[in-house]
Amino acid sequence: MPGSAAACTVRPDGVAPFARNLEAHGLALVRDAALTLQVNVGLLCNLACRHCHLEAGPARTEVMSPDTMRQVAEHARTHAYAAIDVTGGAPELVPGIAGFMARLAPLAKRTMFRTNLLALAREESRELLEVLVENQVALVASLPSLAASQAEAQRGKGVLDHSLAMLRRLNDLGYGAEGSGLDLDLVSNPTGAFLPPGQEAAERRFKADLARRHGIAFNRLYVFANVPLGRYRKWLEASGNYEGYVRRLADAFNPCTLAGLMCRTLVSVGWDGQVYDCDFNQAEGLPMGGVPRRIHELDGPPAAGARIAVGDHCYACTAGAGFT
Amino acid sequence: MDTYYDPSDLQQFGDVCKDAPELGKAFFDYYGKIFAEGALSGREKCLMGLAVALTVQCPYCIESFTKQCLEQGSTLEEMTEAAHVVTAIRGGASLVHGMQMRRMAEKLSM
Repeated sequence: MPGSAAACTVRPDGVAPFARNLEAHGLALVRDAALTLQVNVGLLCNLACRHCHLEAGPARTEVMSPDTMRQVAEHARTHAYAAIDVTGGAPELVPGIAGFMARLAPLAKRTMFRTNLLALAREESRELLEVLVENQVALVASLPSLAASQAEAQRGKGVLDHSLAMLRRLNDLGYGAEGSGLDLDLVSNPTGAFLPPGQEAAERRFKADLARRHGIAFNRLYVFANVPLGRYRKWLEASGNYEGYVRRLADAFNPCTLAGLMCRTLVSVGWDGQVYDCDFNQAEGLPMGGVPRRIHELDGPPAAGARIAVGDHCYACTAGAGFT
Repeated sequence: MDTYYDPSDLQQFGDVCKDAPELGKAFFDYYGKIFAEGALSGREKCLMGLAVALTVQCPYCIESFTKQCLEQGSTLEEMTEAAHVVTAIRGGASLVHGMQMRRMAEKLSM
């Protein structure tokens, strides 16, 4: 069953369970005030990326229902979040997504929409794109590498050219232009069993290369380590990289990352309305507070100080500069 | 020992100077400073390190700098071009010695 990582691979020798590692450092991972409502509207996707921790893909049928969308919007209206972050799968493929974005956008200071670019480039996404522009929704687009061989090894054949074409189209709409109010941020995940580069240096290089080679502008680049769950974990296991990768993550454990981890301020809602501390716990099936609950069952955002569910996958967010 | 090279040697590299710890410390301090960001970026230094690793054909260094290049965000295109720079200089170094051959042959020839 996709989504719950099979416990078929043992933890490498010498790597402590993440919870025990925190204890050994005298640390606890607890919630701070909730600032961001992240909404995963479904696992249906037009791509089947090899690093996807949710194993999203064209064969998946799980998408958020109109009722759950209504409950999410009601929760967001009642409990003001600074930011709302809509993700998937490919959110573009979810029925009713344009209307959902139009309802959510006025409810937070910043609304983000995650896209693999190809799904947004489809003719069927035209109305959605108009809604995103009209409501000044920030786009967060996946672009792992500017080398075709690496981008396509992760995301599929032909993906880089289509991604670049859509980025140019977004630039033409004003996305990525200073002062336009239309933020275009990129996300780069490593295309293999290694950690990402430093974010600032990578952003400088992506900006220079995209401008010089393709005439494309964007606002910010985020680099994130891949989390050893789902399809990525299966690839690690099949390629004989699992042990080395997990050891690499554990060796790079940085206690200073804990204060800024995104799970401390995030409420993550699954396609079925279940709430989690983060998208990775969603993939691992670890509910917020240890008890399965749906968004409409919450009295409000989780209280500061509440303990966050952790697993060995948390090593990915605490390696090096961390996942913020 | 079945082979001259053992991949686990790389993880234990620090042990190599157990019997000369001051020299070892001096080397590893120097090594760390060399690869820190400077006038050259860490990424550029790693690409140079990869090129030298290929030149000296050190399997430990090739493993280490391949990983470091990827983690510094270098692409396979860039790393492959670095390998060609090595090849060009190594090949060119042989070819340019052909000038010695030519001078010698011309001196001996009618």
